Amino acid sequence: MAECHPGVLRSPPDTLTRPFYWQNLDTMKLELRGITKRFGALVANDRINLTVEPGEIHCLLGENGAGKSTLMNVLYGLYKADEGEILLDDEPVRFLSPGDALAAGIGMVHQHFMLIPVFTVAENVMLGHEPVKGGVVLDLPAARALVADISKRFGFDIDPDDVVGDLPVGAQQRVEIIKALARDAQVLVLDEPTAVLTPQETDELMIIMKQLAAGGTSIVFITHKLREVKEVADRITVMRLGKIVATASPSASTTELASLMVGRAVDLTVDKNPPTLGGESFVVAGLTVLDANGQRLLDDVSFTIREGEILAVAGVQGNGQTELTEAILGLRSGVKGSVMLDGNEIVGASVRQTLDAGIGFVPEDRKKDGLVAEFSVAENLMLDRSVGQPFAKGMNIQFDYREDFAQKSIKEFDIRTQGTDTLAGRLSGGNQQKVVLARELSRDLRLLIASQPTRGLDVGSIEFVHDRIVATRDSGIPVLIVSTELDEVIGLADRIAVMYRGKIVGIVDADTSRATLGEMMAGIAA
Amino acid sequence: MTDQASTPTMVTPNLEPETPPSRWAVAWRDIVAGSPLRTFLAIVLAFVVGAVLIVLTNEDFLESVGYIFSRPSDAVEAAVNAVVDGYGALFRGSILNLQGDTFAEVVRPFTETLRLATPLIAAGLGIALSFRVGMFNIGGQGQLLFGAGFAGFVSFNLHLPFPLHLLVAIIAGILGAAAYGALVGFLKARTGANEVIVTIMLNYIAFYLITYLMRTPVLQDPGAGGTPKTPAPDVSAQLPSLFGGGSALHWGFILVIGATVLFWWLMERSTLGYRFRAVGLNPSAALTAGINVNRIYIVAMALSAGFVGVAGVTQALGRTAGFTPTVDAGIGFDAITVALLGGSTAGGVFLAGLLFGAMKAGGPSMQIADVPPELLGVVQGLIVLLIAAPPLVRAIFRLPSPSAQIAQKRAARRSAKKGGVK
Repeated sequence: MAECHPGVLRSPPDTLTRPFYWQNLDTMKLELRGITKRFGALVANDRINLTVEPGEIHCLLGENGAGKSTLMNVLYGLYKADEGEILLDDEPVRFLSPGDALAAGIGMVHQHFMLIPVFTVAENVMLGHEPVKGGVVLDLPAARALVADISKRFGFDIDPDDVVGDLPVGAQQRVEIIKALARDAQVLVLDEPTAVLTPQETDELMIIMKQLAAGGTSIVFITHKLREVKEVADRITVMRLGKIVATASPSASTTELASLMVGRAVDLTVDKNPPTLGGESFVVAGLTVLDANGQRLLDDVSFTIREGEILAVAGVQGNGQTELTEAILGLRSGVKGSVMLDGNEIVGASVRQTLDAGIGFVPEDRKKDGLVAEFSVAENLMLDRSVGQPFAKGMNIQFDYREDFAQKSIKEFDIRTQGTDTLAGRLSGGNQQKVVLARELSRDLRLLIASQPTRGLDVGSIEFVHDRIVATRDSGIPVLIVSTELDEVIGLADRIAVMYRGKIVGIVDADTSRATLGEMMAGIAA
Repeated sequence: MTDQASTPTMVTPNLEPETPPSRWAVAWRDIVAGSPLRTFLAIVLAFVVGAVLIVLTNEDFLESVGYIFSRPSDAVEAAVNAVVDGYGALFRGSILNLQGDTFAEVVRPFTETLRLATPLIAAGLGIALSFRVGMFNIGGQGQLLFGAGFAGFVSFNLHLPFPLHLLVAIIAGILGAAAYGALVGFLKARTGANEVIVTIMLNYIAFYLITYLMRTPVLQDPGAGGTPKTPAPDVSAQLPSLFGGGSALHWGFILVIGATVLFWWLMERSTLGYRFRAVGLNPSAALTAGINVNRIYIVAMALSAGFVGVAGVTQALGRTAGFTPTVDAGIGFDAITVALLGGSTAGGVFLAGLLFGAMKAGGPSMQIADVPPELLGVVQGLIVLLIAAPPLVRAIFRLPSPSAQIAQKRAARRSAKKGGVK
């Protein structure tokens, strides 16, 4: 690495104080050569070679854990590569921190925005390289002018004086992009940018990406969503288990890309028979949840689920889905309205009572709400039945019963664990979810609520979880699914309810088009 | 759109929001849980540092340093002698006095250790219980005073026959302390008040309340002439001597063995302990699983204080004279150290209590051997420091970080498994 000189090729740009000639900026070719990054025994990146040409939209496609984010964090100076080098315009560089990468013209928009909600757009954009007048005075007008300039150039529709916390998620993401552009980024890395967007916002982002690329900016687009890749990519690099397995063109079929991604042919649909409907055993009427300030988090929500039916709630994250499930379970205060299960009112009941009434609950954040990571698999399996039969007699835990139960669950749910006493925190996400499912489905259920049931799971576990959910429905139990993955909603649902800002925009049939659902997710009634 | 309709789309895994517990929560859990090896190394290291301090404060050694280059053997000899004398005195004062004439005299130091360990173990169990529920009860002092006050009040105001009187006094002391602890749990559950602050404040309240009561007829010894001191407990309410004769070790030690077994059963075998641990490790999962977390907080604080109350009981009833407001003797705070050292487990706390009891018992004989008794305080402090700073001990002894080990193993297993998929 003797030929590598630390630091950057060019002096840091002071874009905030000089005129902004977008098209005049020199473009840049990025090349990663033989990048290897290990974490202990795990090789997260194994001799990765990647070239991003100027003005190219390069998709980095792969499942979670394939090593995409690790690679980009190496590029961005957050991780140090064990081997390999980074070349900008054929000259090797070494980034010791994100500051170096930024200065070299590499900008990154993280999945979780790095914005200060109480600051305005202009204040956020200038943060870290504030322009000053006379050495001491902040030159806010310069920053505002710059934001306005970029915003106009790309049709971002962003007011520099808006407070970031008030902006919708899509707009916040554009602020992040402006931040990178204001730092003169010639390579823009977007890490799973569409995870938080509605389909419409996603479309807008695609347009922005194409515009930026046309202006000479290279874009590295990290995703696992095949549809987006096909729509926007110039070139696709598929990663699996830390290696590059293929480079594909956007003309490759979705199935082809999917099997490259997971390494085998995959069943992309959920197999299920038409529902055998029973009585309307679960009725929600006028359910409203107020927060401490009287804000309506859930606003007059009503729906019915019949026995043997799956109702899936679609919507962008944070539109009241969490509050809906928590209100039904009895986890929230400030709940008004009515929830009837088998003719019994359960609003106002404690969690203990709603569970006893026969609700099985798969929480959206299994690590936080579903499991005790430091408990063993066996201990986790009795979490919601720690009092009385069958896990306890008096105050004594029935260890023999628990052990048998755990053995049985591991077999039935194919939980890959070394034993019943393995800590749940050491299992993979899919196996953790199977523990939760095994526990919830083992009780006498009258309703199953599953929130983001397959988030972060590998394909095999997704199939398993979906099959169990469908089997539960086929045994005549009403099922409520909440998912922000439209594909999952469409695959599982018998009917779809779309939520927007705490309200149900509409309840539609499962064969409703993706476009219509997308519009509903943006609040436009069908 | 036709393309999308005809081609089944991938049901792709969504992004998993990473919500790991905060770094401090992990560090805290690590400190509280402890590992036996690390604890042992911390103790050894603390005693090694103690040895260095003994040498550096030894007059013979300092004198010999003056001519260390002409006769280094003197300095080495003085250093070795100083350490042997100092720790020899500690051994003699806390375990066996081999110079004793009778058997009772030989083992007397050990019974003294057990006597001094008795309240430390009980209070240590109480604090350990709070740790296991994810709370930090530093109100040991106040709860111990309440336990002693209630037990004392019964011991000299009620006049009952022997076993009954003692039993009533013990129960009164435990209940008094438990009620004081339940108040903390109630405030936390109802208002979200931080138990650390509440317990600190309640320490002051308990101390001044007990002092005040010792000046009023409620707890005052009429013969004490206005100084705050209680009357002596009735003989029928005193914890009887365990071996008779000159041994000061009393039945309180048996009581504490019972408390240790109860603690073990509670935490490892019972449903209540299971819920305690669930709440302590992940309160939101406990809540989602229908466990009433607020109620657990109240019950846990009551039980935690109840164990501390046992220490108050042994302090109040394990004597033939009355006691003063200093009956706590720092036990309430030492108990925190004992709980940390013991990894918040029944056996660990028991052993840690014995160690601290031994250090208390050995102090006087070390002083006689011309070693500053403050040294033991330094050793105790070092033990805590080394346990509370696991990375330091790991660095000193080059132990691998447990989380790194886990991550490595997990990663290896994952990649092996994924690689196995066809």
